[in-house]
Amino acid sequence: MAKTDVKVLGAWPSPFVMRPRIALNLKSVEYEFLEETFGSKSPLLLQSNPVYKKIPVLIHQDKPICESLIIVQYVDEVWASGPSLLPSDPYDQALARFWAAYIDDKWFPSVRGIALPQGEEGKAELMVQVFEGLALLEDAFDKCSQGKAFFGGDKIGYVDIALGSFLGWLKATEKMNNVKLLDETKNPNLVGWAERFCSHDAVREVMPETDKLVEFAKMLRARFKAPAS
Amino acid sequence: MDNSLTPLVLKRLLVPTLLHLGFRKTLTMADEVVLLDFWPSPFGMRVRIALAEKGIKYEYKEEDLRNKSPLLLKMNPVHKQIPVLIHNGKPVNESLIAVQYIDEVWKDKSPILPSDPYQRALARFWADYIDKKIYVSGKKVWQTKGEEQEEAKKEFIGHLKMLEGELGDKAFFGGECFGFVDVALVPFYSWFYAYETCGSFSIEAECPKLMAWVKRCMQRDSVAKSLPDQHKVYDFVLQLKKKFGIE
Repeated sequence: MAKTDVKVLGAWPSPFVMRPRIALNLKSVEYEFLEETFGSKSPLLLQSNPVYKKIPVLIHQDKPICESLIIVQYVDEVWASGPSLLPSDPYDQALARFWAAYIDDKWFPSVRGIALPQGEEGKAELMVQVFEGLALLEDAFDKCSQGKAFFGGDKIGYVDIALGSFLGWLKATEKMNNVKLLDETKNPNLVGWAERFCSHDAVREVMPETDKLVEFAKMLRARFKAPAS
Repeated sequence: MDNSLTPLVLKRLLVPTLLHLGFRKTLTMADEVVLLDFWPSPFGMRVRIALAEKGIKYEYKEEDLRNKSPLLLKMNPVHKQIPVLIHNGKPVNESLIAVQYIDEVWKDKSPILPSDPYQRALARFWADYIDKKIYVSGKKVWQTKGEEQEEAKKEFIGHLKMLEGELGDKAFFGGECFGFVDVALVPFYSWFYAYETCGSFSIEAECPKLMAWVKRCMQRDSVAKSLPDQHKVYDFVLQLKKKFGIE
């Protein structure tokens, strides 16, 4: 397939954008990465995702697909000859979808909330939620991996992609708030898994550096604090 | 809702008898399907519709959400919410995940998701849109009043119009056949009377094509039998309003 057949509209700091890129890498599909300029939305983005006007968008043979996890499932189904991202068993599939939804709807919003300006009490409450979530995910890893390296077993799968894409921001949040969220004593499974995930060939090149994310977060904070010009 | 005696008879009488008679190898165990649900829940209705579309016999268990059963807490410890589909003792949580599961397990009848990956992605996208927008904006309509309610109505109607636009002139969201997006959205029809009465507006006037689609869906047994009466839902909403002190 020609490289220009597959395009990903995105931006380097976005964990959601990482997801389709990891999926395409795992399937060894070549694609063109079209980086959006921060602060403005390209005509192509507005045309491809008129409902939300958000990245990522996968454009395959001129057809746009939106929402990161929907894109990952699409990639899995179209490039079916590559390693599968979702389990083949319907029950395991349902479990994988459940954990990915939990990560997106409950867990990551708590992580993101820590970075928002608030009192110490608010922050402490969010941290408790993050820790509780990590305990659940530690247990989920145990059940899903069945002793293997990833949630998906021997290879990276759907839940790995869903959770792993947030590791950059998790580390940045730890650095900016001087806290340890992913702790070896509390989450030994996840700590080991995180190292394996981040060093994987399909992930390395698209995982942003923690320091760069911290800089980016500081820039965002300054921008929102600055008076309107 | 469904007679649970048949699987029980199979398990307790027929199976041991047949096993005793050496029929072990030829016997197929009946699937045990249980649905933990709450009658006005549009999310529960989605699973009811999917099960009905596939002609699956199941045991319906009504939950009292103010007093959740040990079974619910055990089957959905993370969210403690209905609906929960329990298939041969194993729980599947989240309504759209359960619908996809049902479609994949009972794949030889009445497909719910399309087979083409791009159409599947579109179906998932719009089902996700419904999840994100309809329940929350609808809730705001009956929970608020005055200017706040006017804003809520505008938002809610806006989302319905977006969906109406996506439906276009098709019979159903997926085209000729009833499918995933239809299952995701049609349960909210049972709440339309409540929204309209609380908000003093007419969804038919705002979205006539969507209402025509509703009528087509309601012609299906699976939908008609899975949705409660709108007036019953309205009475339930009035009770909630009283409970939360909303005028």
